[in-house]
Amino acid sequence: MSGRNNLVGKILAEEIDDPIVAGALKHFKTSVDAWSEAAYSRPRAAERTARRTWRLAATWALGCLLAAGSLAGTLFEHHQQQEAARIAAIKAAEQKAALEHKTSAQPVTAAIVTRRQPAAVKRAANENEDLLATVDSDVSRQVPAAMEPLAQMMESNGTN
Amino acid sequence: MRRVVTSTKSMAAGTAVKPMTADAAEELVAREFASIVDSHRPQIFRFLLASLRDVDLAETLTQECFLKAHRNWKHFRGDSSAMTWLMRIAINLQKDHWRNRRLQFWRHTQTNAVSVDEASDWLPNGERSAEQQILAREQVAQVWKAVEGLSARQRTVFLLRYVDEQELSEIARVTGLSEGTVKAHLSRALGRVRAELRGTR
Repeated sequence: MSGRNNLVGKILAEEIDDPIVAGALKHFKTSVDAWSEAAYSRPRAAERTARRTWRLAATWALGCLLAAGSLAGTLFEHHQQQEAARIAAIKAAEQKAALEHKTSAQPVTAAIVTRRQPAAVKRAANENEDLLATVDSDVSRQVPAAMEPLAQMMESNGTN
Repeated sequence: MRRVVTSTKSMAAGTAVKPMTADAAEELVAREFASIVDSHRPQIFRFLLASLRDVDLAETLTQECFLKAHRNWKHFRGDSSAMTWLMRIAINLQKDHWRNRRLQFWRHTQTNAVSVDEASDWLPNGERSAEQQILAREQVAQVWKAVEGLSARQRTVFLLRYVDEQELSEIARVTGLSEGTVKAHLSRALGRVRAELRGTR
């Protein structure tokens, strides 16, 4: 041990002229040696390794759980999207079918309407004509009555 | 399958060929590696402990270092000493550890790194007086504080020099730096220690 210290002293003396620094470095080396020897010969405990293994297993389990969760979430989302797309497709098909049904039914109705239209128009026109005739007759009957005094005056002037 | 390994030296000498089975060769290599572990393990552990100030982490990285060395033992060509090779592995492992910790910033990893004051408690009493002991402990704490403020590279060079007592050329080989760069890092590190001891920082 003393031989080793002498060697350190020799090495340090070559490089370090400051005795305080040299002394401090010597103490430092002695301290590290003592610590290393004590740590090297200490009894080994297996507890820490076990804890590390447990922690590693827990980390892996958590990681697997997260991965499985995210995978399940993605699959669920995908399934939901597929379901929504399927429902939308069914609705679209229904709407299309309804539209087709409507357009196929429309010509018959239109034909009936066009067939029925002239008669109705004629009837309406006749009704209008009748109404106008009634109004005319009423007016023609009333106006002479209203003009009667004037007519009488004209008659009396003619006679005079 | 069993291979028979023969000694080329003995063949050249014309002596009787002594076959060595693959199992025996493997056993020899294992024994050789075991002796390397026995002789260098404390030193690697001490370096990692001083770098990280965490006993558990230093132990784990020391284990990893020797595991890596064992796996690559057949690739070790002996260009440098086994210690240099092992220390290089340890430094790389330490670098990887810090890099991983930086990348995993969201993780609240429980660190067992001891404080500077706690680390400086490790000082043998020796034959010093109580006053001298207090002074020495204070100095050790100041050196730890200075080491804490060093960059990773400066810290490595400083610890290899003043804790592992390695030569500058050896430090250069271990760290892969030039000797000039090692000297520059050491000089800066010493400047910091000096400033801390004088209380100018």
